[in-house]
Amino acid sequence: MGHSIKRKEDDRFIQGKGNYVDDIKLDGMLHMDIVRSPYAYAKIKSIDASKALEIPGVVAVVTGKDLEQYNLHWMPTLMSDTQMVLPTDTVMYQSQEVAAVIATDRYIARDGKEAVKVEYEPMKPLMNPHKAMDADAPVLRTDKEGKKDNHIWHWEVGDKAKTDKVFNEAEVTVEETMHIPRIHVASIETCGCVADYKKVNNHLTMYMTTQAPHAVRTVLALVAGHVGLTEEKIRVISPDIGGGFGGKVPVYPGYVIAIAVSFLTGVPIKWVEDRSENLQADSFARDYHIKAEIAATKEGKIQATRFKVLADHGYTDASANPSKFPTGMFSIGTGSYDYDTAYMEADAVYTNKPPGGVAYRCSFRVTEAVHAIETVVDTLALKIGKDPAQLRFENFIKKDQFPWKSPTGWEYDSGDYKAGLEMAMKAIDYDGLRKEQVEKRKKGELMGIGISTFTEIVGAGPSKDFDILGIKMFDSAEIRVHPTGKAIARFGTKSQGQGHETTYAQIIAEELGIPAENIQVEEGDTDTAPYGLGTYASRSTPTAGAAAAMAARKLKDKAKKIAAYLLEVSEDDLEWEPGKFSVKGAPEKSKTIQEIVFAAYTDHPQGMEAGFEATHYYDPPNLTFPSGAYICVADIDPDTFEIKVRRFVAIDDCGNIINPMIVQGQVHGGLTQGIAPAMYEELLYDDDGNILNGTLMDYLVPTAVESPSWETGHTITPSPHHPIGAKGVGESPTVGAPPAIANAICDALKPYGITHLDIPITPFKIFKTLQEKGLLDTDLKM
Amino acid sequence: MTAEVEPRTLLVHLIREKLSSTGTHIGCDTSSCGACTLLIDGKSAKSCTILAVQVNGKEITTVEGLLTADGLHPIQEGFKENHALHCGFCTPGMMMRAVELLGKNPNPSEDEIRWGISGNLCRCTGYNNIVKAIKYASAKMRGAELPSTEPEFV
Repeated sequence: MGHSIKRKEDDRFIQGKGNYVDDIKLDGMLHMDIVRSPYAYAKIKSIDASKALEIPGVVAVVTGKDLEQYNLHWMPTLMSDTQMVLPTDTVMYQSQEVAAVIATDRYIARDGKEAVKVEYEPMKPLMNPHKAMDADAPVLRTDKEGKKDNHIWHWEVGDKAKTDKVFNEAEVTVEETMHIPRIHVASIETCGCVADYKKVNNHLTMYMTTQAPHAVRTVLALVAGHVGLTEEKIRVISPDIGGGFGGKVPVYPGYVIAIAVSFLTGVPIKWVEDRSENLQADSFARDYHIKAEIAATKEGKIQATRFKVLADHGYTDASANPSKFPTGMFSIGTGSYDYDTAYMEADAVYTNKPPGGVAYRCSFRVTEAVHAIETVVDTLALKIGKDPAQLRFENFIKKDQFPWKSPTGWEYDSGDYKAGLEMAMKAIDYDGLRKEQVEKRKKGELMGIGISTFTEIVGAGPSKDFDILGIKMFDSAEIRVHPTGKAIARFGTKSQGQGHETTYAQIIAEELGIPAENIQVEEGDTDTAPYGLGTYASRSTPTAGAAAAMAARKLKDKAKKIAAYLLEVSEDDLEWEPGKFSVKGAPEKSKTIQEIVFAAYTDHPQGMEAGFEATHYYDPPNLTFPSGAYICVADIDPDTFEIKVRRFVAIDDCGNIINPMIVQGQVHGGLTQGIAPAMYEELLYDDDGNILNGTLMDYLVPTAVESPSWETGHTITPSPHHPIGAKGVGESPTVGAPPAIANAICDALKPYGITHLDIPITPFKIFKTLQEKGLLDTDLKM
Repeated sequence: MTAEVEPRTLLVHLIREKLSSTGTHIGCDTSSCGACTLLIDGKSAKSCTILAVQVNGKEITTVEGLLTADGLHPIQEGFKENHALHCGFCTPGMMMRAVELLGKNPNPSEDEIRWGISGNLCRCTGYNNIVKAIKYASAKMRGAELPSTEPEFV
């Protein structure tokens, strides 16, 4: 623990020997390409595949009508909604799958796709979620019997009456209305699969880009069980994955079509989407319209918060959400502050946009919640004229108040918010920056300092609240130690770059004393790994990492028994130091773990089971609550409004740290996926439902030039309920960074009297806002 | 190596599918991400927008060609030692781009490195450690003192 050992997985990646899904090539494999709708909402009048089928090498064209014969044209979503695999009569969003072309090579499949003629009757799409909620809005989901509106669900938490009362009587109230934009994870590897069905033994091997192979196997069995593909006949293999960020949790129609075609033909089918398909049709993230309010005393003591959300889910609620709450963990939005009254409500609505959503490196809707609270806390600071850092210090939950019960029902496990913010302020020289700002404002220069002090909620999750289609959100580890003292450990999670092969080995090494380099970690094969729910929501360390420690402790118990037998003493007379048991008071009498393991195979005590293996399924007693204090300094050019993030300091607290190098790497990456939606990324649609930035030429993923040189540090407040005191870290920075950046930009724009701008905040958005408000000629000198 | 290709075959598909060198990856369809970067006669190029026939007779170097008889290329060592990769998907293209950058500018500044790799996207690392890895490789190739590979915290 706490050692920055270099990653075990890197050797294959730096030599180009990773094994990603598009690297898989099977004998006789055919390629699939997908015909997609140019319209956001249209009736399909006809599909004519005859020209495509004339092309040499085109083997088949599959439509919804073909799948309908096998009842495979619809599938359930993870939120128990329904989604078309291929349409039989109507398309509901632009780039929706319409037909699949199977060919001997990917070029010919693309030729076939161009040759398929589809006749559409376009209809006017519903793109605005507010209008979609209107009583007279046309009903989109006519496939749902009796559906009379576009409303999907309503959710609420907290005490409405008490909250309203506090607001009515409050000395100060502030509110902001904001849109957290629809964005896309855009992992550098797109999604894809090779479906390999063998008729001879009625068995499907599915190689696919999935973050949750076991859950996918179960879902596939639910979808295809009626045609004989029951769960024992399905093996899901998740090879190396080129980034996930939540986008590789859902089951997309392409996977199901590939399986159906392989099942019907008995030939392996490869489908790998291209980047435009990935951006245009795979699950989006966010797209929350939020009104956030705070009630406070005139000194700035927060008394209550009230949030109202409209969630645009597109054509169907295909959220990859591990909780029983339709808004995921949005109710963490009460923040890091000590008050006891809150009310939150959300409604979800169908529109003619692609379905979703996924998390985009977030423990599901935490980013939206944190953005809301951290935005409106700054609005409060501005309104009462208090420094935003000071306001936060005065409202923080104190270190000795944990475990702390939030007004929305969570029990925060531990934290030291004051220490984090103090450390960040010192590292960035907050007082010096504020002085500099005063001088700059005298000269009319735009400089802003933004803070975000957030609480995350990760590690889904305790079985009482968390499941996917009823399967509880535990995770698992199996450790087998071979006679020579080397081990293999298998997990139900699946790394997409997080470095599990190294960190899990370190956890086991810490517990058992076997060197990490002698522990091989395997994930992603449902035939060999124990069942688990996968990697997302920063859950791997909180769940599978805990399972690793618990399985190792079972082995240590066995080791103690064997050591007592070998040393001919009572177990009580033994003491453990990393790697060996020795007799108390006689340290020269000892047995190393390697000697003990060897004995487990060669000389085990009578009555004891031979071998040295253990499995553990870990159902966490609570979630973990990492936190962070982030400070951003931004300079804005008063003529062009170009925004430059000058410095960004991130202090994270993810509990005990297994590998500081890997944790820091996660923070760097997460921060970059924080600046992305704050300043660059948003999926844009016109009123006709056309996506306006559906390629990487116009959807701006930050490069090394846009990304600042991140400065990071940490405080350590162990989780009291986690076996090794760790909390998880992958998503914290993506959650915490956007409000720090937005607050810095709005602070820089203070001379204009701007308190809030929706992210992404671009130079053009600043210009347009100022122009619309007639503020372009404001005297900037303060 | 000799291969017969259709005129329309992209270089990246020739390399990945006909020549089975799958270290070069495909991340987009608009030459934006750089996952397919390799060297053509020593110059970095995005192989998803070059026809295979255009490189007839030229020398192609992919990530598989970085390894030397002495072991890892300095850029490979730099990436491993400095945790400059997470998922590994952009890594081959990023390293090939860095190799050309260091060939032209053996001791680049941070700013020159950031602009130099701005045609290659990484979604995982946030670039800090990629910059560090390229500086490390630069020092190693120049025979200068190697910078620390320990993570730095505020």
